[in-house]
Amino acid sequence: MSAVLSARRLGKRYGRKWALNECDLDIPSGHVVGLVGPNGAGKTTLIHLAVGLLTPSAGTIEVLGNKPSDSPAQLSRVGFVAQDTPTYARLSVADHLALGAHMNPGWDAEVARRRIEDLDLDPKQKAGTLSGGQRAQLALTLAVAKRPEFLILDEPVASLDPLARREFLQSLMEVVVEQGVSVVLSSHLVADLERVCDYLVVLVSSRVQLAGEVDELLASHHRLIGPRHDVDALPRDQHVIEESHTDRQSTLLVRSDGPILDPSWTVEQVDLEDLVLAYMGQAGLSTRRRRNPDGGKAVSQLDVVR
Amino acid sequence: MIEFHLESRSGVSPYLQIVQQVRQAMRLGLLHDGDQLPTVKEVVAQLAINPNTVLKAYRELEHEGLASARPGVGTFITGSLAGESLAAHGPLRRALQTWIAKARRAGLDDESIEALFQSSFRSAADEEIA
Repeated sequence: MSAVLSARRLGKRYGRKWALNECDLDIPSGHVVGLVGPNGAGKTTLIHLAVGLLTPSAGTIEVLGNKPSDSPAQLSRVGFVAQDTPTYARLSVADHLALGAHMNPGWDAEVARRRIEDLDLDPKQKAGTLSGGQRAQLALTLAVAKRPEFLILDEPVASLDPLARREFLQSLMEVVVEQGVSVVLSSHLVADLERVCDYLVVLVSSRVQLAGEVDELLASHHRLIGPRHDVDALPRDQHVIEESHTDRQSTLLVRSDGPILDPSWTVEQVDLEDLVLAYMGQAGLSTRRRRNPDGGKAVSQLDVVR
Repeated sequence: MIEFHLESRSGVSPYLQIVQQVRQAMRLGLLHDGDQLPTVKEVVAQLAINPNTVLKAYRELEHEGLASARPGVGTFITGSLAGESLAAHGPLRRALQTWIAKARRAGLDDESIEALFQSSFRSAADEEIA
């Protein structure tokens, strides 16, 4: 399967600070990709690099096999909804559609008209007077009616109330079925994306901590609960992502492709949120380790991070 | 036609919840041979879930011989779970009720009964594998 987005040692620097660093990614097409990370992790930087609003300071990025650029050919293939789903407050809904039709050669007026009708939007209403949810839907309509192959949305639901959030994701999933478009959407909340994504990228402190298909990630991570264990004595194929210990008990989150054979462990499934939090905690730990190389063993510091 | 619902805190993956709900609807007689399942688009528009989740559930049902896809039309129920319909298991149900009553008399509360059932169920399943 071809990649919709691939990055090699991609980096973006502002002054002395790297907003994105050593980023390697290969996102296959046909997925709804969740780009998750805390605020300031570099999500927007990565997205702006992908749509050509920024140029890399290091490494390379390709989107649909091409360097992101402002060439009309590339722009027509990628739909982009920026953070907080901006619209022109003083223009009406109909004006927005006219603008979209004027600026996009592949504009599908029928798709736009039907969506506005389904959403029950008044074409004459000014965008500034729409609710947050309606504005988000209008922005999505503009991005979708140009019939892109790849749709990129930056925190599309962050500012929406729970109902509008649900409605937005419902209509986004409908678009995915109708148009077979690949999607990347970012959020700092895993819970928002849990049901809609089948591919996950976790970005923490300007680095990619985890990337892969959700099913595979869930199948290869386990929570182990058992009597106190020495983590250094675990089988080689079990990588500890998170650990906490009391004097009697150990609780670990491990990555392992093989089954857990040690019968003294109770093995539990992890959900996506646990998984993401564990990797975020690990990232916090490794940055502190770098700053303080003789900071002692990793054990039990995680609790502090969380 | 049935509608799916998802419990996010159940620990059961969404695709499996859909599979289970179809099987359950068949057992309860809500879905019959020849009935159409909701289209992928209908399900994602209702639940706001990834289309691949629905496709995976429907493929699983096909694999079990409970449904089949007609390209361009939709997915239809083929076959039945009549043999498994709950009414057909009167004796088993009565035995279970007797057992539950016994457990209560032995002083077990609901949670302990459930735990006992789960652990016996699991060890029985393990023995089958071994």
